[in-house]
Amino acid sequence: MKRSSLFLLASFLLVASFLTAQVRYERIANADNEPGNWLTYSRNSLGHRYSPLNQITPANVTGLKVKWAYQFPDPRTEVSPIVADGVMYVTGPNSAAALDLQTGRPFWKWSRPIPPDYQSIGFGRVNRGPAILDDKLFVATLDCDLVALDIKSGQERWSTKVADYKPGYSLTMAPLVIPGKVVVGVSGGEAGIRGFIDAYDAKTGKRAWRFWTIPGPGEPGHESWSGDAWKTGGGSTWVTGSYDPQLNLVYWGVGNPGPDWNGDDRPGDNLYTCSLVALEGDTGALRWHFQFTPHDTHDWDATHVPVLFEGEVRGKKRKLIGVANRNAFYYALDRETGEFIAGRAYAKQTWANGLDDRGRPMVIPGNEPSEEGKLVWPNLNGATVWFSPSYSPQTGLFYVAVREVGATYFKREADFKPGTFFAGGGEQTLGGDDEWGAIRALEATTGRIAWEFRLKSAPWAGVLSTAGGLVFGGTNEGNFFALDAKTGKPLWDFQTGGQVAANPIAFNIDGRQHIAVSANRVLYVFGL
Amino acid sequence: MGKRLFESQCALCHGQTGGGGRGPNLHRPQLNKAPDDASLRKVISQGIQPEMPGAWQLSPREVKSVAAYVRTLGSIPLEPLPGNPSRGERLFKTKACDTCHMISGQGSGFGPELTGIGSKRSAAFLRESLVAPEAAVPDEFLLLDLVTASGATIRGVRMNEDSFSIQIKELNGEFHSYRKAALKDLRKLRGKSPMPSYADALKPEEMDDLIAYLASLRGNS
Ligand code: HEC
Ligand code: HEC
Repeated sequence: MKRSSLFLLASFLLVASFLTAQVRYERIANADNEPGNWLTYSRNSLGHRYSPLNQITPANVTGLKVKWAYQFPDPRTEVSPIVADGVMYVTGPNSAAALDLQTGRPFWKWSRPIPPDYQSIGFGRVNRGPAILDDKLFVATLDCDLVALDIKSGQERWSTKVADYKPGYSLTMAPLVIPGKVVVGVSGGEAGIRGFIDAYDAKTGKRAWRFWTIPGPGEPGHESWSGDAWKTGGGSTWVTGSYDPQLNLVYWGVGNPGPDWNGDDRPGDNLYTCSLVALEGDTGALRWHFQFTPHDTHDWDATHVPVLFEGEVRGKKRKLIGVANRNAFYYALDRETGEFIAGRAYAKQTWANGLDDRGRPMVIPGNEPSEEGKLVWPNLNGATVWFSPSYSPQTGLFYVAVREVGATYFKREADFKPGTFFAGGGEQTLGGDDEWGAIRALEATTGRIAWEFRLKSAPWAGVLSTAGGLVFGGTNEGNFFALDAKTGKPLWDFQTGGQVAANPIAFNIDGRQHIAVSANRVLYVFGL
Repeated sequence: MGKRLFESQCALCHGQTGGGGRGPNLHRPQLNKAPDDASLRKVISQGIQPEMPGAWQLSPREVKSVAAYVRTLGSIPLEPLPGNPSRGERLFKTKACDTCHMISGQGSGFGPELTGIGSKRSAAFLRESLVAPEAAVPDEFLLLDLVTASGATIRGVRMNEDSFSIQIKELNGEFHSYRKAALKDLRKLRGKSPMPSYADALKPEEMDDLIAYLASLRGNS
């Protein structure tokens, strides 16, 4: 071979390896082709948080050991990492890092100061993870920038202002990548914001579309508000949604109306708060919506990862979507139309006599917050909240970490002042041993409870299911554990020494399955 | 408005008219933890860890009006306690309270430390603690009975618990740790206290003396 062609070949290989090290959208769409990576928040865009890896099984899970750990600068890490091509990407509040998958040693770190006048109104200073596409890592900051970092250096490619943080907007969630775009949602439901879901061009950071969760005058749904209440109507969108590439629909949960516990000035259903919306991926246009809690006065945001699955309904295969809602009901909907298929309570609730034929709650009067206080289950954090459920196509079960907590809800006056708490009340939980939790497995198409594993207290950690037949979860008291996915039997547990308030993931290091989870300041990686 | 808010938000612990309960009597012109208006508002909105929860649900205006009401309570005269504190101090030893309680570094730490108990509790609550200790057992003194794999029954106070293990202290001070799955039985004796009732063991004057002593304990400072 001539010298020049050798040179050509070498440079071609260089380019080729550079390209494979990029995370093209097709790789995310076909996530099952590379189960050793974890390329998007829930591993696939369907919201499953299920890993096809099967080396770790009920038979050998007791052999799990810590392989390495990484310490974050901030407490209570809620991150769900991305794993791609030998690198683990993690985030914290206004920070990110690329870690060597073999050792946990950082390749690079990135951070930005949190402005001194930034305030998180109604939530902690956390970040739940990054997103990746092509050569960029997308990180959302507390002060509302969406930042694209070069995955090789951690340097900024672009940065876009999503909103002004001063009135109470914030970003805590992991962005969701859809073809060519990055979708984000906002926090701020306790500050009287008007919520939205945004999509940005992944290459340039230019906004592609915005969907306002509170319809303005003249828009459908506006009639579910009265007067100017819509302007401070809340409807935050602070948990990562899901995406169906075939239907090209983005599914996203919408938070509580404002003010949270005093609905006097906002009579009506208050659309699209406490709803799931299906938006067209190209335009953000609303295809359908389903409202779980009309006129909510308990702060039951519908901000959950929607789970897309195929199920059999009256003998017919249907494209479904499953949501275990903060209001204590599980819902299975048709994901093409939003039609209600099935629903039932999956945790203790005292506010509704079940759901009617269209999935609307049959509310028991007298359970609103009051001056003297009214005891209601679930509490404001809900029967489950932001942490992820998991769906295993192998068992057909929907796994969810459940909170069994009752609270006395109080109603107060609410004065709106931008950038301050606009809540109209609060709650006092029962506390102590009157509160507890569970991991429950629900039949995804019906919501029937297949098994439960009881937890000492109401959890703040999501679950992961695997093809090895395991479900992983965590507790406030620091346990990280594995259950049998079919029966719920506890098989292994490890005391991390810190509260687990994060979602676990699974991936390969050198072809061997590993599991990672954060507990307070520490990210642990376990392997056999 | 301050009075109404106090009755709905504070009375549960401080009594309907601020005369105290689980929380201290507020019929005092000088409050140790809230000497001025700013610190009083701070105590109300942020609470005092771990015993008094912050009233974060109140707006700044509401906090201000409750604070103003608390100040009016200060002019209500404190009812003098009947007992004799120095006789109470001697009873604390002769009745062996110090086998379970520490005061200023003296005694045993099986039960809660009482060094500053007079600034945290009302006299009525202290009386109830002696007569019916089971009425308000804090979580960290939950009594339990467990049956080990070998069939032994052990009674102790729960020191800690997670979903898989439990740590207890026996009444003799010994620590034990168990895997919950390995236990034959685990019974939480809610509504029972590790402390015996002194309703019958103390004469009425002795009870008054002990309460006067406990109420005089205002910390080490
Ligand atoms: C759950 C019980 C509880 C509630 C409810 C509660 N408190 Fe308290 N409060 C306490 C306890 C216990 C202390 C003593 C704490 C300590 O010293 O460690 C305390 C202390 C205080 C003090 C300091 C007293 C001093 O001597 O310095 C003030 C003032 C006070 N509370 C006011 C209020 C007001 C006003 C409210 C209602 C908005 C309220 N508290 C609600 C339990 C409570
Ligand atoms: C066997 C051990 C034991 C003995 C003896 C005992 N106590 Fe206690 N005491 C406890 C425990 C444990 C608690 C906490 C549980 C509870 O409040 O019921 C407690 C609670 C208390 C409290 C309430 C503390 C608070 O924070 O509210 C007071 C006051 C008290 N004891 C006083 C006494 C006095 C006075 C005596 C003697 C007459 C005494 N105790 C004897 C174990 C003991």
